[in-house]
Amino acid sequence: TSRNAPYSTASVQVRRPINVAIIGSGPAGFYSAYRLLKRLPDARITMFEQLPVPYGLARYGVAPDHPEVKKCTETLITVAQEQPINFNFVGNCPIGPGKGELPLTAFTPYFDAMIFAYGASKDKRLGIPGEDLKGVVSARSFVGWYNGLPEYADLSVDLTAGDTAVVIGQGNVALDVTRILLAPLDELGKTDINEETIEALSRSRVRDVKVIGRRGPLQAPYTIKELRELMNLPDVGFAPPPEGWEDLLQVPRKKLPRQLKRIAELLEKGSKTNSDSSAKAWQLGYLRSPAAFLSQGGEHLDAVGFEKTEYERSLADLLTGDSQSDLNGLRAAKVQFTGQKSLVHANLAFRSVGYQSEPLPGMSEIGVPFDTARGVIPNDRWGRVLSPAEGVGGVAAALTAGHVPGVYAAGWVKRGPTGVIASTMDDAFLTADVVAGDWEGHARFMNHGDAQEMKEGYDGVRRELESRNIRSVSWSDWEKIDAEERRRGKVRGKEREKIRRVDEMLGLLDS
Amino acid sequence: MGTLRLQSLEKITFIDKEGDTHTFEVADGDNLLDIAQANDLEMEGACGGSCACSTCHVIVSDADMYDKMPEPDDDENDMLDLAFGLTETSRLGCQIKMSKEMDGLEVKLPSMTRNLQASDFASKEKKG
Ligand SMILES: Cc1cc2nc3c(=O)[nH]c(=O)nc-3n(C[C@H](O)[C@H](O)[C@H](O)COP(=O)(O)OP(=O)(O)OC[C@H]3O[C@@H](n4cnc5c(N)ncnc54)[C@H](O)[C@@H]3O)c2cc1C
Ligand code: FES
Repeated sequence: TSRNAPYSTASVQVRRPINVAIIGSGPAGFYSAYRLLKRLPDARITMFEQLPVPYGLARYGVAPDHPEVKKCTETLITVAQEQPINFNFVGNCPIGPGKGELPLTAFTPYFDAMIFAYGASKDKRLGIPGEDLKGVVSARSFVGWYNGLPEYADLSVDLTAGDTAVVIGQGNVALDVTRILLAPLDELGKTDINEETIEALSRSRVRDVKVIGRRGPLQAPYTIKELRELMNLPDVGFAPPPEGWEDLLQVPRKKLPRQLKRIAELLEKGSKTNSDSSAKAWQLGYLRSPAAFLSQGGEHLDAVGFEKTEYERSLADLLTGDSQSDLNGLRAAKVQFTGQKSLVHANLAFRSVGYQSEPLPGMSEIGVPFDTARGVIPNDRWGRVLSPAEGVGGVAAALTAGHVPGVYAAGWVKRGPTGVIASTMDDAFLTADVVAGDWEGHARFMNHGDAQEMKEGYDGVRRELESRNIRSVSWSDWEKIDAEERRRGKVRGKEREKIRRVDEMLGLLDS
Repeated sequence: MGTLRLQSLEKITFIDKEGDTHTFEVADGDNLLDIAQANDLEMEGACGGSCACSTCHVIVSDADMYDKMPEPDDDENDMLDLAFGLTETSRLGCQIKMSKEMDGLEVKLPSMTRNLQASDFASKEKKG
């Protein structure tokens, strides 16, 4: 644009269509695509997904008994159906240097911009002794198993070893695991939970689930909806924590900010089902930090050892009277170790202390950094990926970071692995708005994005896939898999029966 | 004349994220999510109105009107607790059905987590 042109012309001037690669097809990926097409209707989008099927954790994380939550996937269906030309899905295409993988450097030349939305696919470990004993299960693998994630199709969880299970961590994933262990099977059986899981659950001996956290009831990351669901499970009792609520809550309930007051009220009210007489029960335990998984024979879990913690300061001292700062202050309250040890006998324990993102192979080659300490791609919170290499030169280079042209992030890999679909959506919208604004504002993009020639986008990608013999899965391929899953589900009187193996999915397409 | 009016019409006003007002005449029993979506206002309704996502969060402008409305149930309050920018008069659009008492209702669509600053783009434009 001419230097003399008024700024306003920059944004009204019609630009050629932008070509964007989105890595990941979970909520962050699909909400970015949807929003970008609203802002820039002629945008060309290529969405890469390592699995043959889309939706990320909306399919493989969200619990089977939360079908309403999965409705967000309709957003991507709308995009794919309304934009058969501008939107391309490239499933079964992991990004990486290996066989059957597509290196980042192979396709970046075909795009103006790239949005990293590949989520968090590792789980955090506790780093305590005994973590690899039989009977210690990562919640992520258990969730993947009951949701039919191919990676865990062969997971063997022995639900018959004992009647007590310990869940370490108190986020919603921990509560999902607890609910799946305790929920009546006739209800669960109607969901899209897979048949092998139902079969294994029907043989389960687990009667008692203890959900244990390092901090207190007001600091735990669960949300009230998930707590209430557990309180209302038919024939499942709730046992309050041994020390009683007064010691744990400390603050007069009336002084609590709305969100915490409602949680406290729900917890104190408990369940209508009496835990002494019910067949199954669950309990919340607080102020206990896991110290070791213990085994008599050295092979199977027999007990979990904890160290008691206590609040660093009395919770009442944290109150200011301003509800927003009280909410933040109480939620962030810290604990310290007391040295006091305790033991819970159990043959099954789930580690549910969070997910973790990793860098994609080859990211540094294209100038994209990764913050291993925080587990995110460094960004300016709007979604622009930052690198010190793009900052001003000289000594200041380490302290300042500039935008890597055309490179953006959204969702869990941008903000860290917390938050529900609604917050992931807000976040993806923000990133997409920033991409659109940068494009209209003639910011720098990848590969001389200011040049007039269209980038090749998906056409270039297709050649790269062919030359590497990658059998990618298109949107219409996915529709075939989807139809088959629904057909199998219908036979069993449920919404769908997921296909649990990648080979079987691909076999279905190529037969 | 002659035709029997089965439903009365009520007025509802949405104030969108840009501060623009949109007023519609709607039928008794319509819910705010459906009204917003039928009129292309920005309200996602990610869970399709099943009270499971909070993306249909609205803020009732007038506290007296808020008090007149049927109270939110536990499920709605649970989701509201997660909504960004929760206020004293927050509600979930998918759970509010229009009725005669609510004629003239005005709601605001809360702005997103962080508002985009126009200046953020302006600095880029100068590069041209
Ligand atoms: C167990 C569990 C239950 C949940 N339940 C709820 C709930 O009930 N309600 C709610 O609102 N929220 C829930 N959430 C939160 C919600 O799932 C997240 O907020 C959301 O999925 C994050 O979206 P994302 O797109 O950033 O990541 P993801 O959903 O993880 O999507 C990332 C995608 O990228 C793909 N990918 C990864 N690596 C590569 C690669 N190398 N190449 C190509 N593709 C790749 C992955 O396969 C995946 O499809 C739950 C989360 C979990 C873990
Ligand atoms: S649309 Fe999901 S809560 Fe209203």
